Amino acid sequence: MIASEAELRGLMRASLGGDAAAYRAVLDRLSRHLRAYYRGKLARIGRSQSEAEDLVQDTLMAIHTRRHTYDVNQPFTPWVQAIARYKLIVHLRHTRPSMADVPIEDAGDFPAQDDHAGTESAHDLDRLLAKLPEKMRRAIRYVKRDGLSVAEAASRTGMSESAIKVSVHRGLKAMASAISQGRAR
Amino acid sequence: MRTNELIEMLSTNIEPTDHGRLKRGLGLAAALGAGAALCVALLSLGVRPDLDHPGVLGFLLLKVAFGAGIVLLAGWLLTKVARPGGETRIRAWVAAAPFLGVMLLAALSLASAPSSHWDRMLVGHMWLECLVSIPIIGVVPFAVLVWAVRRFAAPTDLVRTGALVGLAAGGISAMGYALHCMDDSVPFVALWYGGTIAFCTLAGALLGPRLLRW
Repeated sequence: MIASEAELRGLMRASLGGDAAAYRAVLDRLSRHLRAYYRGKLARIGRSQSEAEDLVQDTLMAIHTRRHTYDVNQPFTPWVQAIARYKLIVHLRHTRPSMADVPIEDAGDFPAQDDHAGTESAHDLDRLLAKLPEKMRRAIRYVKRDGLSVAEAASRTGMSESAIKVSVHRGLKAMASAISQGRAR
Repeated sequence: MRTNELIEMLSTNIEPTDHGRLKRGLGLAAALGAGAALCVALLSLGVRPDLDHPGVLGFLLLKVAFGAGIVLLAGWLLTKVARPGGETRIRAWVAAAPFLGVMLLAALSLASAPSSHWDRMLVGHMWLECLVSIPIIGVVPFAVLVWAVRRFAAPTDLVRTGALVGLAAGGISAMGYALHCMDDSVPFVALWYGGTIAFCTLAGALLGPRLLRW
């Protein structure tokens, strides 16, 4: 299943408007592309494939927390590729500096790996959540894990709706930076 | 953690995205930085005392316009380069336009003056003050812009983004210093303003990879 630029871009536009199903589809497809990309890159420089899934999740988190930086008037694939490449470089620089030499892709060169999306990384979601402050942890658990509406989560926690939204946003950002710094292993 | 578990979490109860966040954040930071630069310049140096002399206001406006032109240009480029992959959509040499413009004016000004005046036109009276003040006044705008880029943006070319942050901070700082500066010659502006702002740009390029990582 190789998603085209037009299809991904349409889904992403809908996602940015708040369409959860479209967003799930975008992330699902991107995770396949990213898996193929990172496995290919890591294999080419002789690195362990097991790091690929960490990078996939790191990148999905970055895509999520920085999705407002996608300019909807521009192509979508180069935006994703730039993040993927950036995350790879940061990762390699953290782990072995001399390998941080990664060429820029052609826009057309973005294959997908049709693996099962259930592939596991070394990150532990529960451990990530446990490290968050109480408010953020509860907001994320109710809204993002249990699927309660913001209003329901607000009444259950006694927080305001906007406080719930802010806590979810900040909590996910904190999780994203914990993942990218490898603190979730 | 399984990737589909993460996708499930991220896509549950998603909020509509605010498209203007990046531009608004950077704009707000530039305004805050400009306010801070103005305060530092006014409190530490003050406004030049000879504003009622003929021709003085014109030169002050020229210096402010030079700084403002740089800030607007750097800000516009920054809103592009601060997005992933944005570095492929800008031509960085565009940022040299205000410098080339003021150098051209400086050359015309020198050409129309006797060469015995060139020394004074280029070196002025307070070149050292200018050299020191612009980078120092630029520190706060630089810090505020770095904070905004880290918070609202996602640059993938940290050297260029850092350089543009430095350029914008230098331009903001030059506008503040211009209120005090009493050296009224275009060659002075081209050499000392241009030079110090270029220095701020270089400093930003060097610090970018360290400060802007996300």
